[in-house]
Amino acid sequence: MAEYSAFALLRNALHGNREWKPAWRKPDPKPSYDVIIIGGGGHGLSTAYYLAKEHGITNVAVLERGWLGQGNIGRNTTMIRSNYLLPENSHFYEHSVKLWENLSHDLNYNVMFSQRGVLNLAHTPAQLDDFARRGNSMRHCGIDAELMTPDEIKRFIPALDISVGGRFPVVGGLIQKRAGTARHDAVAWGFARGADRRGVDIIENCEVTGFLRDGDRIVGVTTTRGEIRAKKTAVAVAGNTGAVMKLAGIDRLPIETHVLQAFVSEGLKPFMDSVVTFGAGHLYVTQSDKGGMVFGGDIDGYNTYAQRGNLPIVEEVMAEMVALFPGLSRVRLLRSWGGLMDMSMDGTPIITTGPLPGMYLNCGWCYGGFKATPASGWCFAYTIAQDRPHKFNAAMTLDRFKRGFIVDEKGQGATPRLH
Amino acid sequence: MLITCPYCGPRDLSEYTYQGDANRVRPDPASTDQAAWNDYVYDRINTAGEHREFWQHSGGCRAHLLVTRNTLTHAISFVGFAREHGEPKHLERRKGGKA
Amino acid sequence: MSPRRSSAGGRVDRTRTIRFTFDGRSFTGHAGDTLASALLANGMTLFGRSFKYHRPRGVMTAGIDEPNALVTLLKGDIREPNIPVTEIEIYDGLNAVSQNRSPSLAFDVGAINQYAGKLISAGFYYKTFMGPVIGPLKGTRFWMFCERFIRRAAGLGHAGTTADTARYERMNAFCDVLVVGGGPAGLMAAKAAASDGARVIVADLEAAFGGTAKWSGDVIDGKPASEWAAELADELAGMENVRLLPRTTVWGYYDGNTLAALERVSDHKANPESGEPRHRHWTIRAKTVVLATGGFERPLIFPGNDIPGVMLAGAVERFAGEYGVLPGERIALFTNNDSAYAAAANLKRAGAMVVAIIDVRPEISAAARELASKAGAEVRLGQAVVAAEGGKALTGVKVRNFEAATGMISGDPASLAVDCLAVSGGWSPAVHLASQAGGKPEWDEALQAFLPPKPTQKWIGAGAFTGAATTASAIADGQRAGLKAAGILAQGKEKLPSVSEPALDPSPAPVLEVRAHGKAFVDFQHDVTADDVRLAHQEGFISVEHLKRYTTLGMATDQGKTSNVPGLAIMADARGLSIPQVGTTRFRPPFSAVSLGSVAGERVGHIRPDRLTPMHDWHVEQGARMYAAGLWYRPMIYGAPGETVEQAYVREAKAVRESVGIVDVSTLGKIAVQGPDAAEFLDRVYTNLFSTLPVGKARYGLMLREDGLAMDDGTTWRLGENDFLMTTTTANAGKVMQHLEYFLDVVWPELKVHVTSVSDQWAGAAVAGPKSRDVLAACVTGTKVDNETLPFMGIVHGEIDGVPVMICRLSFSGEMAFEVYCGAGYGLQVWEALIEAGKPFNIVPYGLEALGTLRIEKGHVTGAEIDGRTTARDLHLGWLLSKKKPFIGSAMMDREGFVAPTRLQLVGLVSLDGRPLTGGAHIVENGSAEQLGQSIGHITATCYSPALGKYIGLALVRDGKSRHGKRAVISDPLRDRFGPVEIVNHIFFDPDGSRMHG
Repeated sequence: MAEYSAFALLRNALHGNREWKPAWRKPDPKPSYDVIIIGGGGHGLSTAYYLAKEHGITNVAVLERGWLGQGNIGRNTTMIRSNYLLPENSHFYEHSVKLWENLSHDLNYNVMFSQRGVLNLAHTPAQLDDFARRGNSMRHCGIDAELMTPDEIKRFIPALDISVGGRFPVVGGLIQKRAGTARHDAVAWGFARGADRRGVDIIENCEVTGFLRDGDRIVGVTTTRGEIRAKKTAVAVAGNTGAVMKLAGIDRLPIETHVLQAFVSEGLKPFMDSVVTFGAGHLYVTQSDKGGMVFGGDIDGYNTYAQRGNLPIVEEVMAEMVALFPGLSRVRLLRSWGGLMDMSMDGTPIITTGPLPGMYLNCGWCYGGFKATPASGWCFAYTIAQDRPHKFNAAMTLDRFKRGFIVDEKGQGATPRLH
Repeated sequence: MLITCPYCGPRDLSEYTYQGDANRVRPDPASTDQAAWNDYVYDRINTAGEHREFWQHSGGCRAHLLVTRNTLTHAISFVGFAREHGEPKHLERRKGGKA
Repeated sequence: MSPRRSSAGGRVDRTRTIRFTFDGRSFTGHAGDTLASALLANGMTLFGRSFKYHRPRGVMTAGIDEPNALVTLLKGDIREPNIPVTEIEIYDGLNAVSQNRSPSLAFDVGAINQYAGKLISAGFYYKTFMGPVIGPLKGTRFWMFCERFIRRAAGLGHAGTTADTARYERMNAFCDVLVVGGGPAGLMAAKAAASDGARVIVADLEAAFGGTAKWSGDVIDGKPASEWAAELADELAGMENVRLLPRTTVWGYYDGNTLAALERVSDHKANPESGEPRHRHWTIRAKTVVLATGGFERPLIFPGNDIPGVMLAGAVERFAGEYGVLPGERIALFTNNDSAYAAAANLKRAGAMVVAIIDVRPEISAAARELASKAGAEVRLGQAVVAAEGGKALTGVKVRNFEAATGMISGDPASLAVDCLAVSGGWSPAVHLASQAGGKPEWDEALQAFLPPKPTQKWIGAGAFTGAATTASAIADGQRAGLKAAGILAQGKEKLPSVSEPALDPSPAPVLEVRAHGKAFVDFQHDVTADDVRLAHQEGFISVEHLKRYTTLGMATDQGKTSNVPGLAIMADARGLSIPQVGTTRFRPPFSAVSLGSVAGERVGHIRPDRLTPMHDWHVEQGARMYAAGLWYRPMIYGAPGETVEQAYVREAKAVRESVGIVDVSTLGKIAVQGPDAAEFLDRVYTNLFSTLPVGKARYGLMLREDGLAMDDGTTWRLGENDFLMTTTTANAGKVMQHLEYFLDVVWPELKVHVTSVSDQWAGAAVAGPKSRDVLAACVTGTKVDNETLPFMGIVHGEIDGVPVMICRLSFSGEMAFEVYCGAGYGLQVWEALIEAGKPFNIVPYGLEALGTLRIEKGHVTGAEIDGRTTARDLHLGWLLSKKKPFIGSAMMDREGFVAPTRLQLVGLVSLDGRPLTGGAHIVENGSAEQLGQSIGHITATCYSPALGKYIGLALVRDGKSRHGKRAVISDPLRDRFGPVEIVNHIFFDPDGSRMHG
């Protein structure tokens, strides 16, 4: 398949754009594969890509029940960062940021990773100390982090009311300058195209209806497009993990499914560059390349599979938005949407072998899944290929709860709505 | 979303706090069965459909309610006091039976 | 040739002139005009520039579906970008400017983009800008360089940075029936529903009720439809049980029939009434909703269909009928359905010259033919517009023969000189709210439209929303829906108004595109062309969601209201499928854009309440610097002039160690735990025993979460056999309360215990220091405070200044200390009495910094150490873990990972370089700024210790206990603080507690 480049664009433009080929094939499923990945979202596609690229395993199918990327890869606020407190998370997410930094070249697809910085605002000295602890932890893990003073913040984002209406004055902030945003859909399409170019079959409109077993062992799946056998079956269906795992007889998991709403305003001329988070509430904001302010807040906070949120969160998020950016009061909210979140019991994802023989599980992303997309696939591919976790995902096992090796970034315990 | 509190009547979602899965069974306090405790503390049924769950009317009478709500549609089919409709095991204990 | 105001007709008041400004030029209009109609009346045709190609654009619609004509409204420095001119009611002094153009609307350099059209087709940016793999522009650098220019070009209007000074209100409403949409169907529904006393709210997004009746030209009950509608609206306004909400957009349909609506209260006024908000955000909880939201007309897709002067037929009809504005001198219509014929006849009646009606269908109904002859228009059947011509204004159209079934174009083109082309591609019901409520719209082949889904919540549809094509059917439908919504049994003999309207064919031809040479726009604002849709198909982006995401079709400010179905039709054609096979996207809130400030409501600038203790004003008067702790404000230091923070807290802490100090502890969480099983309950909640606590004594307790990690600590006082007062940390007051309630309601309902939050009922002051007993002795009456009466952890009741108080001798500072509680209303009185009594001992009020210093010296833990990740043993509180009973968390606290030797443990740190330690710094065995070490932990709290004369801190360090006496290095690259420290026991001062017991 043809490389994408400025020259390709020019050549095609001269030919009336009639020569572009599909970004990925639409093959029918084969009877069997070395690896089946259930879930054609960001993580599933990235897993397929890295299985092919890093491990030479190309006899792979990605099964998507609807259209590719219909889950959270296309429903997030596109933020990428590795500003974590706990080293178990930091190393993993930093690996992700490093993959992101070269991803457009790697995929020959512009995923528009723009390292415009993620700034966390602190509103009390104690919170600033907390951020310092986190920033220092990042620095000790080899990740960039800096503190900013209120004056620096004001210069950095002039539109920000650093007094926050007088109620929560900004006393400083933690910035990771290598963090930023990317174009979410492009990530799904880029990985799909990249995996396809390496021989992976991406099969849309193919819903898994059950698992094939040989004793305890999972040996494939039944789907709406027939039976497909596989040596290894991997599940990457965040938001629907519970439903899919029930098909395999796993009734209970350390996961609750919640809805997270996200919002975008009408397009504005450049208003601010970086990503900003509000420390006295829960709000994260960025401005997309199309000009819309893209922002979100807390999850709605109850079990749901409905992909629809409710009004209290909308009101809260708008109030916080106007508190930080009083100039946006008359700007209009254009669209909201909801994504389903696998909220895990400690806020940390699960990338693991098992829980059944022949099966591999990737889930529990809470609302941090987008930034993890490359590393999640990279680590999951390693775990599938080697039948053991890589050191980057060694702490993300399913048995960590039983064993007490909890990775709880927020310290909230087994209350998913608080992670 | 509106939840009809048996004390206070239909009240908005914003008055309530979600208190999670009501299908869990807390082991006997003295039990040392780690698997049972792990299941109770960490595992969830996470149903797509009718889901038994607890809500606290935290912005009202503060009672915990047992609610049956469809997680696909958010339609609520039952609301009662957790004290009366919670875990069967607890209710039995309340009546003086052995749990 | 240009648009103009007709001499008569319409609902504008030609006797009232209104002056406004657009792009710095002054204009006049009339009362009843929108900015769109007023500018058209002034002969304007150019209103805006498109997003990508910066093509000149006119006004295309007459309502909220407008994709092209967006402006920024200015009120001083306050900016309101991206507002469709069709939504703006003009008022004296209105100031609007055009957008996305430079230097001017008429001459925009960005228009050069259209010559690169093929190069910057759909999704081009995914294929380029990756830049070199190596060299200085590797990684993300080249993209970020390019992105700067892309960002500058993107967006439409500018937002300001000036705070909005307008006021916003929030309103909650309950009703039996909410009618959304005040057209003929909605008004009839409201009347029927209200007839038996039901509480009815009717919301319409426009200024006047009536919907299409305002301009349709129909005759209802012998009156012009507009009059009939106005009278009906007046009648409803006079009913006690009906509330009319004009200028109110119902934008969200949430669970439990909760709907969100935005009322634009004073946007249309030059000078709002005193106290009047700008907007009102309504949350309406309705037993039943009647959706009578009408429909949106669709454009036809052909080359040049975006040239100013090409408009939707219904909009042209409306400008003429409602505003008395003729959008062109010579108007042609281009249609696939009958509705354009009614428009043509109405245009003629309003004084326009209707040149021709071009219809893709080979045959039309008799009623349509009759209307065409009334309009005096030439009818061109089986033909299509293959090109619209002109630059900033339409000059003419080219028409050729067209075969609807195949899309084949043939024959020689005929040229028509027209300055307005009114197009109609049929109508799409506005199913948005129904889709939001849940459910998937269903395609209707005859109407070529998505009809509302089956209701999943309690709503009933009426009128054009359900696909009803005639006013008569809308009216009947509305009445039926209104009766049903109010639960009134229909008698079958309810009176219906008589309607005189043409009997038109409701089915359009299934043609939305004329494929000819040139750019044909589907999404006008985002410049998505029919070729872009086909390119998406060619590249495999064939699902409706991929189409939308790849081309940005339907993502503009109008959210695809005009582009959705035509885009689907082109994709369906490319795939050889039907439209419903390609699918439709789910509609999500808001139905139409709402400003952020409106939804924020009154919470602007103050998003959380302040919590103040009863002594707050006293602290402020004494010069305390206040510190926000959660919602509370607490004194940080009581600084004297010229004092640094450190000097102040050291002075305060010293006073406590040497004489006596007083601190406000009213913010502590306080929970009354009462009932016959209270002691048993506390035994289960705390890790240690409380059933053995005698009445009149207090005990320090620790509670764990179910997962076995530390949750909170505090003292609990046994006031009576069945009466305990639990105290919690300030931060966890709410959390602990909820924790207790959960266990009582859900886990142990058999326990006879009641818990009550009394945090706000008690004011508290801690008096601490060697002289503290003397201070109490000087002011407390009704009890002795000597060691026998009030031993360590003892409780007495007495009075201070005549106010009943409860005193417990307990210590956080490590000194002899007492907590004095009284009713919150008397807090200040008691506080002042204590200060007065302390004067002989030079009592010093102290703040959080000194409190923190004293506790660090004593190694007491707070939220910085009980951070949700630490165990009791990590914090050296293992001695509190009772082995005599199970308690919450006891079963889970001994898991492998919770007792691992690698865990972080609480230690003390002493700075060895005489410099302050920094909170949040890490600890390493070896390391420097140049060569960072391996983190073995972090600092949780720091201070200068007046007792030790050193900078000290508490830290959580891996295997900390084994490191006592060892050296380590503080490593704070963020603040460039490195230096040697010694790791010591976490209790720095008076480890055996002799001072507080003494």
